Amino acid sequence: MTSQQTREYKKPLPRPTLISKPFWDGLREERLLIQRCRACGGLQHYPRPHCIRCLSLELEWVQASGRGTVYSYTIVRRAANPAFAEDVPYVLAVIELEEGPHLSGNVVGIAPEEVRIGMPVEAVFDHVTPEATLLKWRPR
Amino acid sequence: MTLVDLRGRAAVAGIGELKPTRYANGKTVPHLILEVAREAMLDAKMRPADIDGLLVAPPLLGAPVTFASMMAEYLGLQPHYLDIVDPGGASAASQFIRAAAAINAGICSAVLCVTADAIDPDSFYTRGAVVMGLPGAEFERPYGPMGANSGYALVAQRHMYEFGTTSEQLAKVAVDQRTNACANPMAIFHGKPISIEDVLNSPLVVDPLHLLEIVMPCTGAAAFIVTTPERARESGHPNVLLFGAGESCTHASITYRVPMTTSPIKESAARAFEMARVSPRDIDLVSVYDCYTITVVITLEDAGFCEKGKGGPFVWEHDLTYRGDLPVNTHGGQLSFGQPGLAGGASHIIEAVRQLRGEAGERQVANCELAFVNGNGGILSEQASLVLGREA
Repeated sequence: MTSQQTREYKKPLPRPTLISKPFWDGLREERLLIQRCRACGGLQHYPRPHCIRCLSLELEWVQASGRGTVYSYTIVRRAANPAFAEDVPYVLAVIELEEGPHLSGNVVGIAPEEVRIGMPVEAVFDHVTPEATLLKWRPR
Repeated sequence: MTLVDLRGRAAVAGIGELKPTRYANGKTVPHLILEVAREAMLDAKMRPADIDGLLVAPPLLGAPVTFASMMAEYLGLQPHYLDIVDPGGASAASQFIRAAAAINAGICSAVLCVTADAIDPDSFYTRGAVVMGLPGAEFERPYGPMGANSGYALVAQRHMYEFGTTSEQLAKVAVDQRTNACANPMAIFHGKPISIEDVLNSPLVVDPLHLLEIVMPCTGAAAFIVTTPERARESGHPNVLLFGAGESCTHASITYRVPMTTSPIKESAARAFEMARVSPRDIDLVSVYDCYTITVVITLEDAGFCEKGKGGPFVWEHDLTYRGDLPVNTHGGQLSFGQPGLAGGASHIIEAVRQLRGEAGERQVANCELAFVNGNGGILSEQASLVLGREA
């Protein structure tokens, strides 16, 4: 899914760091990547320079299924940032991945009032600019 | 796991508080700090030369490096202990704990703890300046969170899902606290009673939270002076002592908190009650952070006033007003008193001191001897809990 690029994209965009760049590169390639520790096997999101459980530097990127459930959500009805004004009301949610980690994101492709906690969702890769792809979620 | 037993080893000598205002009216944060610090020093019967410790907190738009020493100079203080304390809304309660610890470590003897903010509510939420580059921000800001509002909305929604909490129950918190504010001339919403219907009919801002369940940013300031129990007695007020204290922080972003509906208050309050050697049943006044209605419900659960998940029915069944069986936030809470930045958290300490001294006027709780105070920062992230009591 690609957003209409008729206007300049004014909402906040990620500025990938040395640590987070593989995550954002992955989204652009429509792959959801999560850090896994080779030493203890732990998964962590968001990415860090080391494993926050065992301190190992041996982190690898693994592709997550892209499936999860809505852990909680809210319908934002007033835009704090004017760039979101045309989107209200929109759904801001915390998604629990099948693999365990939680992520923030928007639920799309459904009327906001119909979103429920526990609802199964799948990743949508929204290519909002040529450089940036955001992770959104739709019912599956 | 109490490191230092501070029970009965620190006291409040003086308090100061400015009536919150909707606009800053040209006043700067340093100006407000001086106004309120003067009140606290006069109340404590102290002069600047008597103050040898200073703890400040940043205004919400941020403080420059060396802000504490700038304020010390502006106040005319030459302290032996100074710092900026910033676990968000828990800052004031954290200042209290740090002041008590520093005094008992022999570093200083009288610490001025002060918070102030000058906020224009019309531009507060649209002030822009998205900070990317901080840990985690790039994974949340692109999706349009509404600051703390959406964070607490996520918590409230999950609490409703797990425990069946209702909007009516949450609204009851706002209504009872407004009743309290109507007995407090210092409250920004004094003289404006509301009903449960008013809350439920106010616009949904971030589901399930309505406008009247969300704190209003404003301008104001608060200060209190922590010293030894002996020195505090010289102020001539009934002595208010620190009986118990505890802090805990489990996360910064609510996105990663599991379970989302249990806060680190569980740990901070347990430590405070353990040090004080009392339990929630002994508490006469609950004075706890209330940025949103859900915050009060979760605080009552996690501090042990009711069973986990039963906070909704609990606030429905109990009268939380100053006349009630469980007085909560008798100054109106920040929801009805106003939230002048991090000074909002200090309002719960100021009110507890007033009640314990017996100086709360129309809203005085009868036989108020023991108060539970909680400071909450971030999205139920940083917690600082206090048990304060009147000296026997």
